[in-house]
Amino acid sequence: MRVKYVLNEVLVGLWRNVTMTVAMIITMSVSLTMLGASVLMYMQVDRMKNFYYGEIEVSIFLADNVTDGQRQAIKAKIDESPLVKESSYETKEQALERFKVLYADSPDFVAAVNVSSLPESYRVKLTNPEDYDKFAKQIEGEPGIQRIIDQRELLQKVFNIFNSVQLMSLVVAAVMAFAALLLVGNTIQVAAYSKRREVAVMKLVGASNWFIQAPFVLEAVVAGLIGALLGFVALFIGKIVLLDNKLQALTAILTPVPTGNVWLMLPLLAGVGALVSAGTAWVTLRFYLKV
Amino acid sequence: MIQLENVTKTYPKASRPSLDNVSVGIEKGEFVFFIGPSGSGKSTIIKLLLKEVQATRGKVVVNAKDVTSLRSWKIPHFRRSIGCVFQDFRLLPNRTAYENVAFALEVIGKTKAVARRVVPEVLELVGLGGKEHRYPHELSGGEQQRVAVARAFVNRPLILLADEPTGNLDPDTSIEIMRLLDRINRTGTTVVMVTHDSNIVNQMRRRVIEIESGRIVRDQARGVYG
Repeated sequence: MRVKYVLNEVLVGLWRNVTMTVAMIITMSVSLTMLGASVLMYMQVDRMKNFYYGEIEVSIFLADNVTDGQRQAIKAKIDESPLVKESSYETKEQALERFKVLYADSPDFVAAVNVSSLPESYRVKLTNPEDYDKFAKQIEGEPGIQRIIDQRELLQKVFNIFNSVQLMSLVVAAVMAFAALLLVGNTIQVAAYSKRREVAVMKLVGASNWFIQAPFVLEAVVAGLIGALLGFVALFIGKIVLLDNKLQALTAILTPVPTGNVWLMLPLLAGVGALVSAGTAWVTLRFYLKV
Repeated sequence: MIQLENVTKTYPKASRPSLDNVSVGIEKGEFVFFIGPSGSGKSTIIKLLLKEVQATRGKVVVNAKDVTSLRSWKIPHFRRSIGCVFQDFRLLPNRTAYENVAFALEVIGKTKAVARRVVPEVLELVGLGGKEHRYPHELSGGEQQRVAVARAFVNRPLILLADEPTGNLDPDTSIEIMRLLDRINRTGTTVVMVTHDSNIVNQMRRRVIEIESGRIVRDQARGVYG
């Protein structure tokens, strides 16, 4: 009977103040969507690092006037370094072939380039791409090197964009969460006010504190859970509509977002939504009911 | 049953204490009137006994429990041994007489089956048999106060506190309520009543404790309002 009583109180409570409840749920779901998107992006950057760091190379471009001896010395340096997983040598001719494939769409550009305008290079894969700095130090001083390029830097630019988008959505999530908290607090206050007579009687006859507070806290939790569910649905729709359809070309580069990760957001959002609402409701009640 | 030892209560911002070094003992089964002018501090005693307010100094013992050092999470359980009646009845307007009394039982964890057994019984005791399903606005003031008494008594408390229970009632109805409280007192329940209704005090001839400016100025067995 107590469970039934509490559940009934929760439903009546949410319905009594339905506009506020809707506002609370919407802000909560927007905030949680942003949080989910941010976490997904974080996971995505991680996945992309794993994926691309396997492919990543350090390119050591040699100077035009490099001598055979210098070339040998550089090769020896690369081969003896413990950081190197594998390395290959690319001649000017091979570089041109690769260039032609890469820029097949702009024949004018390709026509303007000849064998001598592209440098020969060593392509080095490191066991751990994060060790680039160490490796660069080992090889830097060698004569005959024109430039050393870490492809990680190019990737880093992509990641930087990701990180700033992620940060932005985190900020939006935090701001919306703050608004949601205020709404939860306000809703609970209104609920407590409209039930002040019942609360007074309950205190008088010695109802336990949890029994007095539970309907209010649960009210907030239910709203939080609905918000989380809506946020999750928004994420899922977002993934299907944006990534799987509209921006599919982009996902080919950015590695696809696995559906499993999106599903993972459901318990996360539900947990965060429920806990945050419950906490806010409880704190509000401590100030407002003084039970 | 109730023991106040050198109790002083000063409200924040008040210039003088509401209760000033008050000591009084009330035995089990007693019927005690606290009388005195408005603002004399008599209602503060009720609040202290319920631990609605905390004594500034001194010790309050109720039911062999030291209320002054009672932890706040234990207060709800402590209050179940005390019934309360107020001048303004404090009934829930959207519930019938039966539901009002049953509510008090249900919120402390009693089942509906228990309520079905004891609520009609206690409503009969207070003389409301047959009016169980009336709403407060369908009852007279005296009847509403009977519902309040039934609610206070349904849990068979050891102590019944009544804060000006006849304050809103006409003299005849007041007498009826007093008869009811007297009957409850005869079941062994200690009754503490705060009032300034001189008629009632004079008729009942019970222990009278008079308070003035926060001090006990008279404590008389079988006293009158004076």
